[in-house]
Amino acid sequence: METFLQQIINGLVQGSVYALVALGYTMVYGILGLINFAHGEVVMVGAMLVISSLTAMLSWGVPLLLALPISVVLAMAGCMALGYSIERIAYRPLRHAPRLAPLITAIGVSILLQNLAMMIWGREYHAFPQLIVSQPHHIGGAIINDIQIIIIIMALAIMAGLMLLVHRTRLGRAMRAVAENQHAAQLMGVDVNRVISVTFMLGSALAAIAGLMVSANYGLAHYYMGFLLGLKAFTAAVLGGIGNLRGAMLGGLLLGLIESLGAGYIGDLTGGFMGSQYQDVFAFFVLIAVLVFRPSGLLGEQLAERA
Amino acid sequence: MNSSALKRGTPSLSQGEGWGEKPDVPQLLEVRDLQVAYGGIQAVKGISLQVAPGELVALIGSNGAGKTTTLKTLAGIIAPVSGQIDYDGNSLIGRAAHRRVAQGMALVPEGRGVFARLTVRENLQMGAYTRSDTLGIAADLERMYERFPRLYERRDQLAGTLSGGEQQMVAMARALMSRPRLLMLDEPSMGLAPLMVKKIFETIQEVASQGMSIILVEQNARLALQVAQRGYVMESGKITLSGESRELLGSDAVQRAYLGG
Ligand SMILES: Nc1ncnc2c1ncn2[C@@H]1O[C@H](COP(=O)(O)OP(=O)(O)OP(=O)(O)O)[C@@H](O)[C@H]1O
Ligand SMILES: [Mg+2]
Repeated sequence: METFLQQIINGLVQGSVYALVALGYTMVYGILGLINFAHGEVVMVGAMLVISSLTAMLSWGVPLLLALPISVVLAMAGCMALGYSIERIAYRPLRHAPRLAPLITAIGVSILLQNLAMMIWGREYHAFPQLIVSQPHHIGGAIINDIQIIIIIMALAIMAGLMLLVHRTRLGRAMRAVAENQHAAQLMGVDVNRVISVTFMLGSALAAIAGLMVSANYGLAHYYMGFLLGLKAFTAAVLGGIGNLRGAMLGGLLLGLIESLGAGYIGDLTGGFMGSQYQDVFAFFVLIAVLVFRPSGLLGEQLAERA
Repeated sequence: MNSSALKRGTPSLSQGEGWGEKPDVPQLLEVRDLQVAYGGIQAVKGISLQVAPGELVALIGSNGAGKTTTLKTLAGIIAPVSGQIDYDGNSLIGRAAHRRVAQGMALVPEGRGVFARLTVRENLQMGAYTRSDTLGIAADLERMYERFPRLYERRDQLAGTLSGGEQQMVAMARALMSRPRLLMLDEPSMGLAPLMVKKIFETIQEVASQGMSIILVEQNARLALQVAQRGYVMESGKITLSGESRELLGSDAVQRAYLGG
């Protein structure tokens, strides 16, 4: 029972991160029908920017309460600029190209960003500065620490905010209109290119926050961390139904839970043959199962008409 | 095919009628020698037309004549190969579609282009996208609901769940929400029951009487010419005939080709 509760907590924390990243995939897919495989790398850049700027400021004696928000804003701004540039430079020229072209470009951008990050930050792991003594709390025999509580609450707040933006504002309305019919949106006076840029920037801002969360939670960041994280968040988006915002959130949280419960019980399930190091297998098992049995995902019914 | 008071080809306005090309009447829209192609295929082969402020002009012609292509080009969705489009005294060539909307052009496209996954209300709000006068928008929204009570009943329903006729009302109301100076309608009666056609045409006449300029593309040539002041007949990418509506209605050529007479 204790392990079960503990796995649920871990799953929710990890799932929150997946959900934020999955939202980026799904927003871009919804509006352009494009899978932005470079999105995981944006998360990595976000983590690196937070760690570098925070470490630097702390070493200059900037008080933590000032340094943390500054570095988060910096990372978000950096990621938004990166997301904007990726769309502008790599994807926009291919807007009317056959679908394979932007897909291959996305993989290319992803590799490019990994290599650039390796040149800037090196191959070593970067430690997230010890900011606060993250207090562990005991609930029903399981442990959750401050950082994990903050991650879950922040993720929920951000997702609620995003839903409000998309469903209650003029910009959100324009985003949905562009996602559905670019020509008709133009005829309403919507600057479609601007809306697409804003969508990339929003997704990238969420990626920066996700980068902050993973690196704070694990205490580490690495130039290669975006690859697996991105792939899993993509899986989460597909699980929920790609192009569907609620689906991305649901898929993210579910995938986090599946992974963590799977890792917790895989030893029992296989009679000790496989250990929790096989955790990553679950995400891809889920991906394959969804693609085989329900390609439109849990909440997506509109996939067929867009694909 | 012979015509008496009507002119063939373009520019083709019968002289001395007091409309059209008189230099002292500033045109809202002035199209000269417009050519549009899809890839190598010419769809519009050098047409000229004018729309004066407050004028309702019909553009009729058989399937594939190039009417939709013409409207899309005017709206900025397609770039022309050559020719001039002057709107309100300024050239529109090279101007993005979304900026034309801000200047008062609105197109109700063929097939309506309603946002199926947005509610009726959101569709209408999209129509007012370029406006920032919150109070004016709210007032216009009420006005649309008054004009189309059915839309009021369905305001929180996804537009994709509406009937074809209701969607046409959405498309029309949405275009009017931008408070256009030039409204372009591409076959607003298509697929509608007679009662609904009547409703749509009443709306067209009403907004026309309030001083809006309108280009009306229609398969139903008789109906279009009955409400329009002037008409252009398009065939295979060219304007073959133009003139006052009642003259077009009476002409043998139009009778034979479009009115089944
Ligand atoms: N996207 C396109 N690509 C290639 N050719 C096109 C395209 N759209 C239209 N055409 C061609 O251009 C010509 C004019 O088409 P258009 O749609 O403007 O005609 P229309 O007068 O609106 O006809 P209808 O009354 O049937 O709506 C047709 O021959 C059509 O086949
Ligand atoms: Mg047409």
